[in-house]
Amino acid sequence: MTKSHQKEVALFVTCLIDNVRPGIGFSVVTLLEQSGYSVVVPERQTCCGQPNYNGGDKDNALKVARQVIDVFLPYEYVVVASGSCGGMIKQHYPDLLADDSEYRKKAEQLADKVYELSCFLTEVVCFKPEKTEVKKVTYHDACAGLRELKIKDQPRQLLKQAGAEIVEMSEPEVCCGFGGTFCVKYPDISNRMVEKKGLDALNSGADALVSGDLGCILNMEGKLHRDGHDLPVYHYAELLAQATVKKGDY
Amino acid sequence: MDVISKDFVPLSSSALKDSSLQKSMSLLGEELSTRRKLVVEALPEFEQLRDEARDVKNHTLAHLDLYLERFEEQVKANGGQVYFASTAEEARQTVLNICQQSNAKRVTKSKSMVTDEIELVPCLEANGIEAVETDLGEYIIQLRGERPSHIVAPAVHLNKDQVSETFFKHHRKLGFNAKLDNRADLVAEARQILREKFLLADVGISGANFLVAETGTVVLVTNEGNAELTTSLPDTHVVVTGIEKVIPTMEDASIFIRLLARSAVGADISAYTSFITGQRREGDLDGPSNFHVVLLDNGRSGMLGTEFQDMLRCIRCSACLHHCPVYLSVGGHAYGSVYNGPMGAVLTPQLANLDEAAHLPNASTFCGKCEEICPVRIPLPKLMRFWRNKEGAAKLNSLTMRWGLKLWAMLNQYPLIYRAVTGAGVALLSRIGSDRRFLNSLPGIAGNWTKYRDFGRPEGRTFMSQWRERRRGVDD
Repeated sequence: MTKSHQKEVALFVTCLIDNVRPGIGFSVVTLLEQSGYSVVVPERQTCCGQPNYNGGDKDNALKVARQVIDVFLPYEYVVVASGSCGGMIKQHYPDLLADDSEYRKKAEQLADKVYELSCFLTEVVCFKPEKTEVKKVTYHDACAGLRELKIKDQPRQLLKQAGAEIVEMSEPEVCCGFGGTFCVKYPDISNRMVEKKGLDALNSGADALVSGDLGCILNMEGKLHRDGHDLPVYHYAELLAQATVKKGDY
Repeated sequence: MDVISKDFVPLSSSALKDSSLQKSMSLLGEELSTRRKLVVEALPEFEQLRDEARDVKNHTLAHLDLYLERFEEQVKANGGQVYFASTAEEARQTVLNICQQSNAKRVTKSKSMVTDEIELVPCLEANGIEAVETDLGEYIIQLRGERPSHIVAPAVHLNKDQVSETFFKHHRKLGFNAKLDNRADLVAEARQILREKFLLADVGISGANFLVAETGTVVLVTNEGNAELTTSLPDTHVVVTGIEKVIPTMEDASIFIRLLARSAVGADISAYTSFITGQRREGDLDGPSNFHVVLLDNGRSGMLGTEFQDMLRCIRCSACLHHCPVYLSVGGHAYGSVYNGPMGAVLTPQLANLDEAAHLPNASTFCGKCEEICPVRIPLPKLMRFWRNKEGAAKLNSLTMRWGLKLWAMLNQYPLIYRAVTGAGVALLSRIGSDRRFLNSLPGIAGNWTKYRDFGRPEGRTFMSQWRERRRGVDD
């Protein structure tokens, strides 16, 4: 099949993956390519605007949302490896743009095209992952993915197909305390929440803590590392794309 | 309403260090969420009931004037009185007048958040009227001079030993000299003291869970039976509640009663559900001769027709409190308001003022658990976000946050500059410090991150720049 006939998917990289963990982005590309899609990464993308939207800066959130819509609307599928950014685009853009009839309509059209990665891999394509070398994992349900996009079984199903055993924490659905700017606005409270989450993950007996949102991942791994625990924290895309061995190489 | 929410940060920090509070909060969270889960799973139509309850409340709020008038007519037809109070001061004065007209020396009170909101007890006491809280939790915190830390379980921040100390300190003067260490004994002692208060009271003051417009009925949902003694033994019964508690019919009440105890305490139904329709009628063996209902606005009508109207559906079940990871971390007192947790974070800025309560809508990770379990489906995170927008517009948030967000949004709109700036930033972060994988100290507001955790070092080059390189390779 020539490249021009290949089905195309646009990647919304997310600002955190772009800047902090580009490796996760490349894992996502690998998975999408293995699924038979060619990946396009629109040049003009930046952030989804959630910091402004949740930070009381609606005017700027509107500007960023319109820009994201303009950049991504031309594509048939848009994939994002974050429930938080995915929820922002799918759930919140139509709300945010309620008073702008033109962009509200566009936001609704875009919402139908945007998939969080695990949803895309399980609902649009029937992705069969290769075996991962991490055998026993526990999964933290990142809040926005869980509650806004109903992501619960999708990543677990993929991880099981990759041969991983899932051992659940006692409270996998409780927030890790990241909350965007919350973690720096209320550091003491955020610390208590991530401390509990880390202990819950350690007590699960898993070899790795896995989640689907880089904000939560940085929060949990940073806390575990500070407290002297060496439980690794991965984005599920890294496990599915066999990228876990490379972690720590940079 | 006396609000000290400006102190949220220091109050929450000391709460985090209070080990006995931490233990109480963790028990509360575990026990009530487990119990709620069990009773909800046992009721297949629970989700449908939530929709119905939301719809009934929305309908009522759209016609609130009509239903309040209907309720008033019905109460009057039953021989009672209804008073509309615009402000807390008006409500206090109205209750005080009723007490003074009844020559009341002693008042018993059952649990009511609205009376806490208007600070009724201190007002009565300042006017020489003894006012005793008869809900066990409220009674304990009244003795201790504290405010409720939870809207349903007001003394949940305390443990048995603290209650024992409190009773020992305050009950000695009443002739109870033993220091008790057994829960049943503590309850029995309080009951013995309160029983006399019930029998001697001139006026009984209660709240209301629901007001039924079609019959003029006040519905009280309680567990201890103290409300029944408060409302039926004294000669005068005064109900103090908010205007948003009205619902159209008895049929509607049945929906809410099925939701309330399940959401509040994870029980199918509360121990007592009382329907009070007016005062003692001819032939009745007991009950008060006078029945008054004081309906408080205090900012509520100001939410009608605004983005905050959904909040008026709240039935004060408290589920959003003990399912909230922030509330469970710091307890209710940190919020500095009688209403705490997510519902308090939305209500307090309206009932007090936004400047005073500015922290509360921000003290949330927007994890969405509150909205997930709210029996009347209030979109609490969305309403907190509305307050954050108002704070942003009024420049009540910090300068760092405001300029930081502005700068970020500006960068976002110029992708080339964004790439240059973020690219340089991550390149720098990837080179400083000694640990290969983690940074343990960052400057400025990022220092609040590294105060407690390390920061996984950025890999060094952005995805976008690596991708461009990869594409160039492919295209060549």
